[in-house]
Amino acid sequence: MSFRFGVRPGLALAAAAACILPEFIDVGTAAAAEIPLAERRSGYDLMTRETRAMQDDDAANPAVFWLLDGEALWNRKAGAAGRACSDCHGDARASMKGVAARHPAFDTAARRPVNLEQRINLCRTGRQKAPPLAFESRDLLALTAYVARQSRGLPINIAIDSRNKPFFDAGREAFHRRQGQLNLACAQCHDDNWGKRLAGSAIPQAHPTGYPLYRLEWQGLGSLERRLRNCLTGMRAQAPDFGDAELVDLELFLMWRAREMKVETPAVRP
Amino acid sequence: MARAIVNMPAQAKRGEVIEIKTLAAHPMETGFRRTQLGTLIPRDIIRRFVCTYNGAEIFRVDLHPAMAANPLIAFATVATESGTIAFQWVGDNGYTVTETASIRVE
Amino acid sequence: MTTRREFLVLACGAASITAATSARAQLDPNQAALRRAALQEAVRKVTGGAPVGRGRVKLELPPLVDNGNAVPLSVAVESPMTAADHVKAIHVFTEKNPQPYVLSAYLGPRTARAHLATRIRIADTGTVTAIAQLSDGTFWSDSAEVVVTLSACLEEGLI
Repeated sequence: MSFRFGVRPGLALAAAAACILPEFIDVGTAAAAEIPLAERRSGYDLMTRETRAMQDDDAANPAVFWLLDGEALWNRKAGAAGRACSDCHGDARASMKGVAARHPAFDTAARRPVNLEQRINLCRTGRQKAPPLAFESRDLLALTAYVARQSRGLPINIAIDSRNKPFFDAGREAFHRRQGQLNLACAQCHDDNWGKRLAGSAIPQAHPTGYPLYRLEWQGLGSLERRLRNCLTGMRAQAPDFGDAELVDLELFLMWRAREMKVETPAVRP
Repeated sequence: MARAIVNMPAQAKRGEVIEIKTLAAHPMETGFRRTQLGTLIPRDIIRRFVCTYNGAEIFRVDLHPAMAANPLIAFATVATESGTIAFQWVGDNGYTVTETASIRVE
Repeated sequence: MTTRREFLVLACGAASITAATSARAQLDPNQAALRRAALQEAVRKVTGGAPVGRGRVKLELPPLVDNGNAVPLSVAVESPMTAADHVKAIHVFTEKNPQPYVLSAYLGPRTARAHLATRIRIADTGTVTAIAQLSDGTFWSDSAEVVVTLSACLEEGLI
């Protein structure tokens, strides 16, 4: 084999290999083994006793302020239609039971899965004829937390069917894809190295069982999308905007990955 | 908007020690943080927490920026008589919140 | 032999450790000395120079915190809490925060139990000290060592 002047033999060989055997690269990224269902653990288990107590005790969990605000918003009339959530949905404790556990859920009009925040905004714009609440705004967080709280203790209930499979596949691919300046994939930390420590912090398996949650680092309540963007920024990758399809697809995959695990909203995390 | 939460029993026996847990919604901005552009974020904290039992002070705390956001303050008192236990938080920028809870003592 | 995967995790970790240790290194010897002096001055203001005994106070903190923004703290003092013999005040200080004060709680016989629980902010690994002032004028203290690390992946600035 002759090489062009200036091309290092190793590079040419690798390029040749890449052309002849594209499957080789795919196997590399898919090699990260998924966590067996029985070995799945919530991030709750990795926290200190005191932080766990903070989550379990309604009298000590600051998320309660957002829940109370959410309840008030649930009952407040809004928009040109002058309707409150309660006017259609009644008592959230009954009607919203199980809703968060099955989101992101396929929306026929949008023709794609939407997360709980987007579902709430679809109701606001479509039914209440009110402007949508901004992502990560206090009102949207409060309402989402209040609705999701009604699923606390229920198992996450995500099923993949022909309608949401393409979006699930995109999310799964994103989870396993190396990205950013560090060329890291989510799976490398959260499938392969969970339980070990990154600097002083324990690496969780990254199951979104408790969102929206009170994060000690934020000193406030935040959404799953905020956390995902936080991680991507930490990996020196481009974080998609709130509500981006790429993020919602990833959420769908993560919720499926956490299927049957109990909803903990509103959780507390470091 | 919910500003403060108090958790304590609604009734107790005379002489019984009761536990009181309070939670206040407040960012407790330390005054030491800076924005990405380097501007110092001004201090905004709760400075004082006072608890009175039928008007008599039973517990008081002076808070400093080293207290966490959304401060939890848990303490105890003895149930002496039925009445009102009042809680007051006072802080920077005119922040003042009061909560009361009734207690029935047998 | 370190695999490429292991190396990346270590590299990410090393970057964070560097950040954490550089946070300690930022607290140069002069700064650390200044803060220690501020702590001693704060303690002296409270005690008026009186001797502080060890014991009777129990300060509890997790040895390795989940996050320095909200560290659960509980302090209890042995005392009958009667009019004749009670705890008048409990003061908590840190060693490495920009300023040493955390809280000063004022109690009396009606407080019934000399204990309180809260959450505090600790900027850096170091000692937290609790000093109790008794009605007979004596001072007692306890301290705890706490390890504080930075979050592994930080958000960019404030939202």
